[in-house]
Amino acid sequence: MGFMSIVQQIIGGFGTTVFIFFFTLLFSMPLGILFALARMSRFKPLNLLMQVCISILRGTPLMLQLIVVFFMPYYVFGIKLTTSWRVYAALIGFSVNYAAYFGEIFRAGIQAVPVGQHEAAEVLGFTKAQTFWKIVFPQMVKRVVPPVTNEVITLVKDTSMAFAIAYAEMFTMAKQVAAAQSNIMPLFVAGVFYYVFNIVVAWIMGKVEKSLDYFQ
Amino acid sequence: MQQENMMQENTNNSAKCLFSICNVKKSFHDLTVLHDISVEVDEGEVVAIIGPSGSGKSTLLRCATMLETMDSGTLTYLGEEAARNDSSGKAVYASPADLRRIKGYFGLVFQNFNLFPHFSVLRNLTEAPIHVQKREKGEVEAEARELLRKMGLEGKENSYPQQLSGGQQQRVAIARALAMNPKMLFFDEPTSALDPELTGEILKVIRQLAEEKMTMVIVTHEMAFARDVADRVIFMDGGYIVEEGRPEDVISNPREERTKQFLSRFSDQGMQ
Repeated sequence: MGFMSIVQQIIGGFGTTVFIFFFTLLFSMPLGILFALARMSRFKPLNLLMQVCISILRGTPLMLQLIVVFFMPYYVFGIKLTTSWRVYAALIGFSVNYAAYFGEIFRAGIQAVPVGQHEAAEVLGFTKAQTFWKIVFPQMVKRVVPPVTNEVITLVKDTSMAFAIAYAEMFTMAKQVAAAQSNIMPLFVAGVFYYVFNIVVAWIMGKVEKSLDYFQ
Repeated sequence: MQQENMMQENTNNSAKCLFSICNVKKSFHDLTVLHDISVEVDEGEVVAIIGPSGSGKSTLLRCATMLETMDSGTLTYLGEEAARNDSSGKAVYASPADLRRIKGYFGLVFQNFNLFPHFSVLRNLTEAPIHVQKREKGEVEAEARELLRKMGLEGKENSYPQQLSGGQQQRVAIARALAMNPKMLFFDEPTSALDPELTGEILKVIRQLAEEKMTMVIVTHEMAFARDVADRVIFMDGGYIVEEGRPEDVISNPREERTKQFLSRFSDQGMQ
């Protein structure tokens, strides 16, 4: 098996990796905002529930969480697991886990907006929702770009955890090829893919950060 | 039409009460910050509130602007009750919808400006009139540009707050408050974050507003300014109004020992 065919197989897995990455971001960011708001809620039970959820999501292995999500329908409801469920389970597991981390980052960002901003908005008659979306949210976004970049880069590499539920993303493919050929090369090729992907991610996030330079 | 009726009333009764806060009491935990204080402000009047730090003047302003809720007391703008005492003497506030309307009657200028850093200067002025008062965008923008011109900020429409000096930022903040077409303005130590040169800029703007008969309540440490511009001066200490009256009386010839003591510290700062 030549080098090109190794690369070809790995590219097949790379598509899956990008798929998990993209949809996890798409779902976990809005969910993270909900988590942050719930975590800051003055309604004590909701606040407490969120604290417990975040604690568990951060305190147990992502791999285990993926396995739990994947097998839950079978063990809890007795539903037979299908191949397509694998995809959904991966997306649910990744999204909820990352939402916990994003939620805490967003909470820090929201709380870092000076109280004077809320007061100015209140005196001008903005509603709570307007104050959040028009005043607090944009300032929060600016503050959270660096820590969010960290998480996004981690996510690129964490997609390899999908192997826990036998979802064949890039690293799983690379391992299979490596095992079949008794050659470590495919793993390095996968490593290059991750690295290039992350360079692109870091470059994009750098652009985002720069585009928010116009205010403090 | 409503405007005309009001004008009519004005001519009939030249000292129309625009704002009143009566028997306000406010405590933070065990600390009583305001002891049963009352202030009324007539239309066109400029009232300066002076006093040492911790005297309760800022808390009074925050109660008046509803950033702080009173423990007890009544709060009225243009005869509309924002808060009144219930039978047990506890302050009860009007419905959120009523409060939102009443908040449109006044503007507040903060010590730290509190401009929205992510909005351009123009958008700082226009956002609330467009999205809170639901006014037409073109009209609001034209008015905002005119206000900026008046504040000497022509050409700064597209700048961001961080690109402006402190004095310019505070003038934007004043313009932002004025863009809501309020009946009156509150100022919470508007020059305390500025150096003496920039302070002058702001005082000039406030003086100009006073000449235009804008109703204003100003918490300030600028004694000379208070004496020049205010129609009435209130001296507060320890959560009480110690002395109140015409500026030439309160500032130049205070009756109370506490007022004298406080003002003595300013005597060598161009007061004479």
